[in-house]
Amino acid sequence: MLAITDLRKSFRSPEGETVEILHVAAWAVGAGEQVALRGESGSGKTTLLHLIAGILAADAGRVVIDGVEMTALGESRRDRLRAEKLGYIFQTFNLLQGYTVLENVVLGMSFGPRGADRAHAREVLARMGLGHRLDHFPGQLSTGQQQRVAVARALANRPKLVLADEPTGNLDRRHAREALALIREVCRENGAALLLVSHDEDVLGQFERRQSLAEINRAAPEGAR
Amino acid sequence: MTLPLIVYRSLRQHALSTAVTAGSIALAGGLLMSVWTVKTQSQAAFTSTGMVFDAVLGARGSKLQLVLNAIFHLESSPGNLAASDYEFIRRHPAVKTAIPIAVGDNVRGYRLVGTLPELFTAVELAPGKKFALQPGGRWFEGAERSAVAGSFAAAQLGLRAGDTFHPFHGLAYDERNQHADTYTVAGVLAPTNTPMDRVIWIPLRGLQTMGGHDPRAATEVSAVLVQLRSPAAGFMLDLLYNKQGNRLTFAYPVGTILAELFSKLAWFDRVLELVAYLVALVAAASVLASIYNSMSARQRDLAILRALGARRRMIFGAVVSEAAAIGVLGSVLGFVVYAGLLTVVAGVIRAQTGVVLEVWRWQPVLAACPAGMILLCALGGVVPALKAYRTPVAATLAPLS
Repeated sequence: MLAITDLRKSFRSPEGETVEILHVAAWAVGAGEQVALRGESGSGKTTLLHLIAGILAADAGRVVIDGVEMTALGESRRDRLRAEKLGYIFQTFNLLQGYTVLENVVLGMSFGPRGADRAHAREVLARMGLGHRLDHFPGQLSTGQQQRVAVARALANRPKLVLADEPTGNLDRRHAREALALIREVCRENGAALLLVSHDEDVLGQFERRQSLAEINRAAPEGAR
Repeated sequence: MTLPLIVYRSLRQHALSTAVTAGSIALAGGLLMSVWTVKTQSQAAFTSTGMVFDAVLGARGSKLQLVLNAIFHLESSPGNLAASDYEFIRRHPAVKTAIPIAVGDNVRGYRLVGTLPELFTAVELAPGKKFALQPGGRWFEGAERSAVAGSFAAAQLGLRAGDTFHPFHGLAYDERNQHADTYTVAGVLAPTNTPMDRVIWIPLRGLQTMGGHDPRAATEVSAVLVQLRSPAAGFMLDLLYNKQGNRLTFAYPVGTILAELFSKLAWFDRVLELVAYLVALVAAASVLASIYNSMSARQRDLAILRALGARRRMIFGAVVSEAAAIGVLGSVLGFVVYAGLLTVVAGVIRAQTGVVLEVWRWQPVLAACPAGMILLCALGGVVPALKAYRTPVAATLAPLS
């Protein structure tokens, strides 16, 4: 489902030096597989997810999603591929504050192949236990509820690959476990692969396949690997 | 539905700046449409009113003053003509119709004009359209102390058929100058939407023989309204009265004289137009500024939309559509401003001149102005749309870990 080959990303430091922060030689996630990547703050895990999602351009290397080489596409086709095959759960949820719960999910769907299917969006939200909050705005919801809206938005299009960036980072332990269970369950139901990055050992411990980002990132400092 | 939803939510999120910007567009649009309508309709109304007669014969003086006095019932009369002058032009073979008028009195501010019944029976208000009376009225045939009231004057003075009134001497109302004579309203004219609606018409003899008037002037008239048999006759009479003679003025052609008046007033129209265009430009600039200034607040939303799969051109289109939507909103409100403004202006013009402006009469500016404003607003949205187009998604969404 996801294959990465010799992927590199550098940034310019405030001193003007070019610093390579990510170099993944070869790494893959199979169809329907659920993988957790451990990474401390500043280890480049969000950068990796942004590169996979195509919202950040790589300096070199290949990212192939469901047989399509994302890194070879122009921006417009990358946008389309992202809308069709990817679901992204952000650490900070990134809900659109001026839109209702239902609109957040419908809008997320509208760029994908299903289009703005309001009935399906309602179903997904009901599944997340938010059937009674459809017309609420994100600011009117608890943190846990906002998190579930973000999950619903990412999964409503039945993506082939779900990227989750510290999806439980803002939740207490009980809600974190519930949310994680929900994400994994829906991914399994949809046959979607899940790539989750976190630094929370409790979360990581629930995955059969878990790795440290430093293990696959050749640009990581020696001591971190 | 995606684009309309994005535009709608963005407008709602920035409701105050949307309202202020739409308000300024409404003012600009309303002002532009009003200026244009007043200009075109008043010119058309004045010209069509003037076109009932080809020429006006009067005392030596300004042709424009003569036309304004005799046809539009504005200004003072430049002087009188002898009855023989009227008889001469009436019998002239080149003249089709010659109607004398006499002025110099008023009824509480509304002009009293003496004339012949032929003004209403032999002359058409417009081709195929005769003068008519409101139900229950009749013309003042024979009776010197009878009157036909113009519809606007009758309404303002509360006069109906059968009512009586006393005239006041002079063109300006002064209650100390009341004439002793009593006149009876024989009928009220059906609205003509011309300056004639503001006049109380009485028989020519009724005015000439009014108590207090100089008996030596009892046969004189103020002017003669003339319809000619051909345009060539007009040039001939122009030569006769204006070039060879120096006692009378033959104001011909009336249309050209009015056109000269409007060309003298054109600077005023141009200034108003310029002001309206400037307001429109400022309104479009305010659309640009208002959306541009809110871009930093919206960048995160735009980046989220991009991360969800929205294409750049969609984001560009959403911002331009939002600017255009503000233009649409402003244009709709512009019609409210236009209606309010023109209703007031039309009321003033009608009260002052009798010329009626129709607020909702179709004219191209009512489509062109809103379309232009919407286009201008959409153009104003291009600069912020370019900024939105270039939003760096990853950098905007979250600080890199």
